[in-house]
Amino acid sequence: MRYSGFRVIKEALTGHKGWKPIWRNPDPQPAYDYIIVGGGGHGLATAYYLANSFRQSRIAVLEKGWLGSGNIGRNTTIIRSNYMLPGNEPFYEFSMKLWEGLEQEFNFNAMVSQRGILNLIHSDGQRDAYRRRGNAMLLAGADAELLDQDGVRAMYPWLNFDNARFPIKGGLLQRRAGTARHDGVAWGYARGADLAGVDLIQNCEVTGFQIENGRVRGVETSRGTIMAGKVGVAVAGSSGRVMGLAGMRLPIESHVLQAFVSEGLKPVIDGVITFGAGHFYVSQSDKGGLVFGGDIDGYNSYAQRGNMAVIEDVAQGGMALMPMIGRARLLRAWGGIMDMSMDGTPIIDRTPVEGLYLNAGWCYGGFKATPASGYAFAHLMATDTPHETARFMRLDRFERGYPIDEKGMGATPNLH
Amino acid sequence: MLIPHPLLGLRDSSEFTYLGDAKLLDRPDGMAPDAAARFHEYVHLRDNPAGIHRELWFHEQGDRSWLVVTRNTLTHEILGAELARDARKGGAA
Ligand SMILES: Cc1cc2nc3c(=O)[nH]c(=O)nc-3n(C[C@H](O)[C@H](O)[C@H](O)COP(=O)(O)OP(=O)(O)OC[C@H]3O[C@@H](n4cnc5c(N)ncnc54)[C@H](O)[C@@H]3O)c2cc1C
Repeated sequence: MRYSGFRVIKEALTGHKGWKPIWRNPDPQPAYDYIIVGGGGHGLATAYYLANSFRQSRIAVLEKGWLGSGNIGRNTTIIRSNYMLPGNEPFYEFSMKLWEGLEQEFNFNAMVSQRGILNLIHSDGQRDAYRRRGNAMLLAGADAELLDQDGVRAMYPWLNFDNARFPIKGGLLQRRAGTARHDGVAWGYARGADLAGVDLIQNCEVTGFQIENGRVRGVETSRGTIMAGKVGVAVAGSSGRVMGLAGMRLPIESHVLQAFVSEGLKPVIDGVITFGAGHFYVSQSDKGGLVFGGDIDGYNSYAQRGNMAVIEDVAQGGMALMPMIGRARLLRAWGGIMDMSMDGTPIIDRTPVEGLYLNAGWCYGGFKATPASGYAFAHLMATDTPHETARFMRLDRFERGYPIDEKGMGATPNLH
Repeated sequence: MLIPHPLLGLRDSSEFTYLGDAKLLDRPDGMAPDAAARFHEYVHLRDNPAGIHRELWFHEQGDRSWLVVTRNTLTHEILGAELARDARKGGAA
């Protein structure tokens, strides 16, 4: 079933009776060529590109809950490529380019909206740092503009420019950045993978690996043993636990990040604004709710909920930036578990177990990476060579002394 | 979260800074022949358990002591806290 304007009008006129489920719900086969563990954004995108771009078949995605029930369905939906280092900026820009063509490619409305992201500048030092970052982005083929205070005022005159501690002096703007509908991304990839013959198997938790002579043979699951030639793990916040089943310790700690939505308000923010100095970022959803967040809670957690201290801190950040929201009500808050890597950068690599591949360490920023992560992981699994833009995202980079330390904070997962 | 400080009683966790796994108290010997590998493990690799976790909290806004706190990472329930220097003496960390 293809979507089109014509189809939408036809369904509207006939009571919407023609829409069908957009993926099958198959039982697992005894064996596959490829098994992807984790039916989040990255797992589904990997299966999609394996089938469609790399023309592989006999592929299954195993998801312990329902598709899209993890971080892909919990994040604040910001997509951008304003990174700085040669080890990651080309990767995120590759992702940005895939976002730009995504909906046409998989014929699904993921509501990709290039509404722009503005990183505010509060000091001369920060301006220098952002100028450098903007230049690095331009060198990697991304877009970047440095705004002075008047430039920011023209966009958002209501910001608190004269904050005593963090006066707003300008901003780094990436116009091609923006947001996408998180569920739409998962569903679009799921549908595209299903159409290409991938078995999407829900309620199927991987509980162990079959490894013989250093080579993976299959996985144990809550629905029995399933054999596989190659197994790729993309389980985000569960990376430590799942790879522990294969006997590996990772350079990863699981931490909780909270997100918040206010009651519906009139349109006031048409893009994304980040307030790095106060750790607050905000956008407005199409329904009018302000969607915002801040710091990670900062200690190991698998609880999928955070604590009050961070809620207070985020609310303070919001008030410092836009005092007018003081009387808006907070409608919802939730937490997601993220796999914080030791340098804040992901891992897309083979593992010491032959045929077992790892896609992990996405921290709080993996949503924007969903297309590139899927493509690069599919490339690695199909060809056994890393994708050009992901070749520095090695698992052993910490040991070899080549971390991709975007924040310059060294080996600490308490980033952000 | 309230942390039961052994000297000061219940304190709000926001007074503390978190460092991570209490195994960091066991610093490898920098002169050992396998020091490079041991330090890689020490600095980067983590057990990252879902459940009981012994971890280091620094009472930065308080008496500036280091605590070893035992906490359930699935529920955030805090099961106990001791001074890190006592935990170290016991060799349990
Ligand atoms: C509050 C919050 C806000 C965020 N905001 C942003 C943002 O604005 N921009 C951005 O770029 N990133 C953001 N992120 C990060 C981003 O959401 C994640 O990095 C990204 O979604 C992780 O990849 P994923 O979609 O594949 O993960 P998930 O959707 O979590 O997929 C992993 C899947 O694996 C499954 N799984 C786990 N264990 C097993 C098992 N044993 N067997 C089978 N299946 C298993 C899980 O059920 C889950 O569905 C945010 C994260 C949070 C929590």
